Amino acid sequence: MATLVIAAHGSHLNPGSSSPTYAHADTIRDVGGFDAVRETFWKEEPHFREVLRTVDDDEVYVVPLFISEGYFTEEVIPRELRLEEWDPEMWDSDGTDASQATLTAADTGQTVHYCGPVGTHEAMSDVIVRRAESVTGDDEVGEGFGVAVVGHGTERNENSAKAIKYHADRIRDRDRFEEVKALFMDEDPEVDDVTEFFESEDSEALRASGRSHGRRPCEDIVVVPLFVADGYHTQEDIPEDMGLTDDYREGWATPETVDGHRIWYSGAVGTEPLMADVILERAADAGAPVGDALDRVREVTGGAALAGD
Amino acid sequence: MDTSPYEAFAEAAADGIAFDGLSATTSDGQVEVTTPETSVTAPVSAPRGGLAPVEEYITDWFFWHQHAPQAEDRWAFLRWLESAEERSVPDRYEALGDGHTRSWGQLAVTVTLGEGGERRYDLRHEADAGTPAAELTGHDDPREMRDIVEADERGRYRPLKTAPTLVDGWVFHDIDAATLLEAIEYCYPATVANWHREREGELDISHWRETMERQTGIYGVIQTWDRGEGHDHVEWVAEACCADSQCLKRREWQYDGETDLSTDGGDGAFPCREPCSVVVSAARQWTKLEGEQSRTYEFELTPSEKEQLEALVDAVADGRAAEIREADLYDGANRYRTRFLRAKLFDDEGNLCGVPTSPEE
Repeated sequence: MATLVIAAHGSHLNPGSSSPTYAHADTIRDVGGFDAVRETFWKEEPHFREVLRTVDDDEVYVVPLFISEGYFTEEVIPRELRLEEWDPEMWDSDGTDASQATLTAADTGQTVHYCGPVGTHEAMSDVIVRRAESVTGDDEVGEGFGVAVVGHGTERNENSAKAIKYHADRIRDRDRFEEVKALFMDEDPEVDDVTEFFESEDSEALRASGRSHGRRPCEDIVVVPLFVADGYHTQEDIPEDMGLTDDYREGWATPETVDGHRIWYSGAVGTEPLMADVILERAADAGAPVGDALDRVREVTGGAALAGD
Repeated sequence: MDTSPYEAFAEAAADGIAFDGLSATTSDGQVEVTTPETSVTAPVSAPRGGLAPVEEYITDWFFWHQHAPQAEDRWAFLRWLESAEERSVPDRYEALGDGHTRSWGQLAVTVTLGEGGERRYDLRHEADAGTPAAELTGHDDPREMRDIVEADERGRYRPLKTAPTLVDGWVFHDIDAATLLEAIEYCYPATVANWHREREGELDISHWRETMERQTGIYGVIQTWDRGEGHDHVEWVAEACCADSQCLKRREWQYDGETDLSTDGGDGAFPCREPCSVVVSAARQWTKLEGEQSRTYEFELTPSEKEQLEALVDAVADGRAAEIREADLYDGANRYRTRFLRAKLFDDEGNLCGVPTSPEE
């Protein structure tokens, strides 16, 4: 047997930051599949530096609860876990393909299967769709609806945008929604103009973006931020940027009407219970002997076997 | 569990047992047991009657080998909780009859004897020692400890688990060893593991310099704070963040392997092996602030006003500001006193005595 370690960012300021991590860990703990499940954080305790010494097993699967490959998954987590042989090349990824690498922790001698982040796992597309279903209360949602997958944007890391586009493309290919867009907070196409990207095909924004698909305009738009936890960005920035509210403290309706569109804003995708599936999938892909834990987790989270490609 | 301690013990004795003052072997179908008080023998096939005189030793062995989690650090911690290395089995059993309490940070852990020598534990805030469990909010799921530790008594988020701001009023009563250890792990993560490493002489300390040299990204700047001009700045960090009034870990990290800090590291039961993420984040801010050059300002203050500014800094630094009574006008950090000071000395831009921060303003 083995231990699953879920590695997340955490926060010095916001207690809600670690809530999804604990919730998904509890889901996996409750169905078994691992001797133990532990949470670890960059900004909370146990810190990445000290989590492995609290784990009994010699075999450890570390799944980063992060959205994209980049600074944290490629540099900070492996360094702080003391995976000295680590090299990002071991993932052999162009930004969304990381699976796992097997390494030894220098301070404990444990074998660590260091997995790619949850955010780039293909099952994450299912979580985004689930988010659209749960926020609209409609398991069949699709017809007449557009979906905007919202990410932070590049800032320091081009892979951040790749992950958003990767899932937007995958969901668009399913032909379930009228239109699927990847939008960003700090780069074009910006979430501020969300409604413009779901106008009729001859709308100015669509022509400018060169992404006209000849679709009908979407009166309803589901907006799913690809963030691990709700916090400043998902609960303050994005709602105000989109015009859901002038002041986040006053809240907003779901749906909220903006420029003649109904916006169904879901909040951070990472709080969706189905995320527990993705974490387990990551560990299973890395060879974790999870047995039928995936099936049992899906019974709890309502997940289906991977929609797949 | 029906494998009685006696049968399990007799079976294990075939390989020889030496534990907590007891020794045992088997020969010719008999188990022979010696304790500091007596020697007894019994048939391996039916040991209970013959071993009854050393029952405490048998159930003690059984708990530590069949019930207690076997992970080395947690096993050692449970032993420490009942002072097992310092007391004989009969002494311990007598003490456990009334409950033996030790503190761990702000936690009080009381060990008692359950059925067949199994240890039962009571975990609560040390401020609640002596309060009947029924008067406290009871918990039995260790995950509930996560909610207990989240906020201080004023409802503010606790980013540092070992800050001495744990709320009281709760209890995990009559729990087993595994539940106890899990609850403590959520309250004070990794403290048991590091305490054990320290006891074994294997604590891997990362001092200030190496920890800051490891930082990258937005924290990479901290390295520039170490300019080879002494380490006063690190003394101030340790005094600001690591005193027992701020964190219950005992700071074992120093400036570097050769240069100890003179600031007191505290008296905590468990060690701090490297600057934590709170210290690293604070150090980043101080690195930026301390990059400024000092300037000479001229302010006109009465002696009492100077002292009041000092009282204000003290009150905030000691976390006392919120406790100062509304009408306690003798305290320089009193709100009315402070508002008066602001009304008198600040200009419309918030400049003390009207003196601009930058001369070019």
